[in-house]
Amino acid sequence: MSGLARFARNRGALIGLVLLVLLIAVALLGPSLYPTSPWRLVGRPFMAPFAMDRFPLGTDTLGRDIAAGLVHGARVSLLIGLVSTLVSLMIGVPVGALAGYLGGVADDLLMRFTEFFQTIPSFALAIVIVAILQPSLTSIVIAIAIVSWPPVARLVRGEVMSLRSREYVLAAVTVGQSTPRIILTQVLPNTVAPIVVMGSLMVASAILLESSLSFLGLGDPNLMTWGYMVGAGRTRLLDAWWISFLPGLAIFLTVLALNLVGEGLNDALNPRLARGRD
Amino acid sequence: MGLIRFLALRLGKGILVLFAIAVLNFLLVRAAPGDPAQVMAGEAGAADAVFLEQLRERFGLDRPLPEQLWVYIKGYSTLDLGFSYRQQRPVAEVIFERLPATLLLTGAAFGLSLVLGVVLGALAARRVGRASDSAITVAALIFYATPLFWIALMSQVVFSLKLGWLPNVGYETIGANLTGAARALDIGRHLVLPAVTLGLFFTALYARMMRASMLEVAGADFVKTAHAKGLSPAVVTRRHMARNAILPVVTLAGVQAGQLVGGAVLTETVFAWPGIGRLMYEALVQRDYSVLLGVFFISSAMVILFNLVTDLLYRVVDPRIEGGA
Amino acid sequence: MADAVLEIRNLTLALPAQADRPHAVSGIDLTIGAGETLCIVGESGSGKSMCAHAVMGLLPKGVRPESGEIRLGGRDLLKLGPAALRDVRGREVGMIFQEPMTSLNPLMRVADQIAETFEAHGLLSRAERLERAVTLLDEVGLPDPARIARAYPHELSGGQRQRVMIAAALALGPKLLIADEPTTALDVTTQAQILRLIDRLRHDHGTAVLFITHDFGVVAEIADRIAVLQQGLLVEEGAADAVLSAPRHDYTRRLLAAVPSLVPPRRPERAAGAPALAVQAVTKVYKPRGFLVKGRGVKAVDSVSFDIARGETLGLVGESGSGKSTVGRCCLRLVEPDEGTVRVGELAVTGLSVRALRPHRRRIQMVFQDPFASLNPRRKVGRIIAEGPIAQGVPRAKAEERARDLLSLVGLSAGAAERYPHEFSGGQRQRIGIARALALDPEVLVADEAVSALDVSVQAQILELLKDVQGKLGLAILFITHDLRVAAQICDRIAVMQRGAIVEMGPTEALFANPAHDYTRQLLAAVPGGRRLASIPAP
Repeated sequence: MSGLARFARNRGALIGLVLLVLLIAVALLGPSLYPTSPWRLVGRPFMAPFAMDRFPLGTDTLGRDIAAGLVHGARVSLLIGLVSTLVSLMIGVPVGALAGYLGGVADDLLMRFTEFFQTIPSFALAIVIVAILQPSLTSIVIAIAIVSWPPVARLVRGEVMSLRSREYVLAAVTVGQSTPRIILTQVLPNTVAPIVVMGSLMVASAILLESSLSFLGLGDPNLMTWGYMVGAGRTRLLDAWWISFLPGLAIFLTVLALNLVGEGLNDALNPRLARGRD
Repeated sequence: MGLIRFLALRLGKGILVLFAIAVLNFLLVRAAPGDPAQVMAGEAGAADAVFLEQLRERFGLDRPLPEQLWVYIKGYSTLDLGFSYRQQRPVAEVIFERLPATLLLTGAAFGLSLVLGVVLGALAARRVGRASDSAITVAALIFYATPLFWIALMSQVVFSLKLGWLPNVGYETIGANLTGAARALDIGRHLVLPAVTLGLFFTALYARMMRASMLEVAGADFVKTAHAKGLSPAVVTRRHMARNAILPVVTLAGVQAGQLVGGAVLTETVFAWPGIGRLMYEALVQRDYSVLLGVFFISSAMVILFNLVTDLLYRVVDPRIEGGA
Repeated sequence: MADAVLEIRNLTLALPAQADRPHAVSGIDLTIGAGETLCIVGESGSGKSMCAHAVMGLLPKGVRPESGEIRLGGRDLLKLGPAALRDVRGREVGMIFQEPMTSLNPLMRVADQIAETFEAHGLLSRAERLERAVTLLDEVGLPDPARIARAYPHELSGGQRQRVMIAAALALGPKLLIADEPTTALDVTTQAQILRLIDRLRHDHGTAVLFITHDFGVVAEIADRIAVLQQGLLVEEGAADAVLSAPRHDYTRRLLAAVPSLVPPRRPERAAGAPALAVQAVTKVYKPRGFLVKGRGVKAVDSVSFDIARGETLGLVGESGSGKSTVGRCCLRLVEPDEGTVRVGELAVTGLSVRALRPHRRRIQMVFQDPFASLNPRRKVGRIIAEGPIAQGVPRAKAEERARDLLSLVGLSAGAAERYPHEFSGGQRQRIGIARALALDPEVLVADEAVSALDVSVQAQILELLKDVQGKLGLAILFITHDLRVAAQICDRIAVMQRGAIVEMGPTEALFANPAHDYTRQLLAAVPGGRRLASIPAP
């Protein structure tokens, strides 16, 4: 069975994919749906959802349109999730590939370095980095990338190490291919599947991390984010719980969709669990 | 013999990591925009000139970088984590006052999530494909995707604001002056929501891992051997599968210890739990960077401790590991 | 048969819908009497393992009995409920498996794993069980049984673990022992010991033995009666001597003919020429790595020297851990030797830097063991073969054209170039591996267990191919193998390795006729079915 067929048979993955496509559509169409700034005070504060047609999801503590905030927040979440994941892959893949292929002292040094970053409580490190560099899109992406790359490095190293002793890689050595060529053409292409799977899951955790940071007030002050919206509503939980509830739900659905898609990809690309006979 | 060597190795490694974190802290302060003295004092502009001068003097900020680093590391090595201008007290003093509450919270969440995750994961694997398996798998999927701070807020709304079952915030009832068992019970009631909401994500994580691990072990040759002896399915599951399946979960728990301590920042912030996580949030709001970096340092030390505990746990379960790395 | 312990009548096992055939086995009839050993032989996928698992009620998910019966002591096991079946397992039927390294629970002490069999059937007190465990360990010939009882599986060797498995399987004195390829993962000398042990226990206790194997050597060693399975069908069944000496079915004849004889054929004297490969005092020590870990190294290869002439095949034989594979890899510098020199023709490959070596790599090539791991799954076969010449500077179009020629040389169609490795069988993949090695026109070929992973019939074809290309191209071949039968057929000379050193080297015929070293004699004596199979005339 092909990978695509396996993915399509996975109900959860399809649900996730639909959710994700909707979300991306919202993020792309956002500016045309709500062309004005989501920070603008447009109505009475604390309006409940469905109470007024103009604000289908109500207004927040200051009278900002929650629907507009959610739509603009989707852009930010997806953007940060994607970019920071790419950056951490750019750190993690080379570190892991070098450590795994070279082995020996280089492997020792690189892995101690990786372990160090894995030991540090990642969220605390992200807080410290963003706080000290001052909150901005760049500092948030840097912080998320710095705390997210070690698992990538470990994964790639493990894969590369097992591939390196695989016989077809040895065969490439014996026919005289150069080391960089072997890494690029024989080893890395066979690690793409697990990296893609991990990447999709990392986008999810990056979005969680970003929302946690902005919940604590460490979001980019110019950007409306879901985490910020949850935090802003938390003083009035008793009488206006929806102000915090709705953006939280948006985060939850996004992360869930990405996890479902990631798992679907995992089943589709790494059919290791399929049991044979005899 | 093997144990002592192992502990010595781990201790050495831990100290090296802490040393590296102290260096990292030092570099971060230098990387911050503006005058390092200002950064250390926090709240740009608010600190008085005399204090800034004292800081420069103490950390040798006018001297070359290596020397500054040396002074900084020397301070950290004696647990002198700097001085909080905001609180007018040494940072270490502020942190250690708050540490027990965090140890209680993270310890409870760690134990809860590990036990619950392992039990639920094993249960799901035993009943793979049936309704109870689906229920556990879906629940795990949901809690795995739920933002920690949001679930904390929402459970606050439901269980304390609306239903009134559990206290809303804090560590104990203020002004109740309880002692002994009554106080312990009071703290316990306050602990329920923070510990459960902090532990949920990890419960989900361990349950998923345990389920996958159980299913993998189910295909192992020694499980076939066990069946061939005529053992009952319950014994095979408990004695042969669960014990082996738990090993990767324990490893994961060790790796995740850092996440747990980080998560405490959010939980403590929501529930006004007076631990170092809450302290970190306060330091953030007040731009008290010495405290921020101090908390970062101490929470790293906590993670190293958690790692050590899980490694020891692993050694208890797996006889194959003897001696050092 | 009056005292049949096990009777299998008309057994048909259905495979799940997506399998390549509807039935794992169909219409099987078998009978085993007390104290009798029945061997079920067949190649991979013949369904022989399924038969054994059906008796235990341990069929994989999706495989179910469709018809027939399995009668043990008058009861049909296929009709028993789960609890009754559990009572049969361990008490009336014991079973041992192929992989001793993974068949024991790594977290439990050996004694506990044996005592468990008693516990499962509510027998004896805890103290008595442990006491019996030690007695059983003694009976299966383990030295210092009291110490081994306290050990964990990882502290034991493969052979020792298989003995523990046998002890646990025979703990309750079952009427039937099922052995599913129990010696396939073991070295020959260990295999011989385990076979002797099983045979002794069968004799002492009158246990019936159902022995599953793919190896006719093992069959000849142990069987009273033989059943041959092909693609799920029982094609021949009869007394061992009859089947071995006068096989009736064509498939049995083909299988037997494919088993290489242990008697080396006569070979013409070779004129001594300049060696194509000269290995001089090569040594490799593996040192434990790490910042804080100290320790002495392990000498994997200890001052090994040999020459191979053009057109000659030197066999490097030995058991696992003897260092034979490391020697092969040192020759190609896949492993860096610590001392000694390797010369290909006049060129000392050990003296060159990695970069300087690269253009000379074409002169010595390798054929690997695992036909499924030796080809990059993401590249087309033509590209895999052409990769070497391209790396050496041959224009791509020319290299790919040559790849197609080579495919027909190794007996595949030129169209194979456009397909991916997973579309080929194990034997075909091994042909592709050989074509890749030949693409560079090497002078020396190192074949590292190149036929070990293949079924016997395919094995014979690949050996034939190697001989054929050697004849055409005048290659010098270093043939590394654990299988003395294969070595006897293909090698001109043989070097026997033990613990990193060559203990004996000589022309194949002389070495088989008059082994000088003790270890060589042990190895030869351990080859299963030595006498019984050697006497079979080739068809």
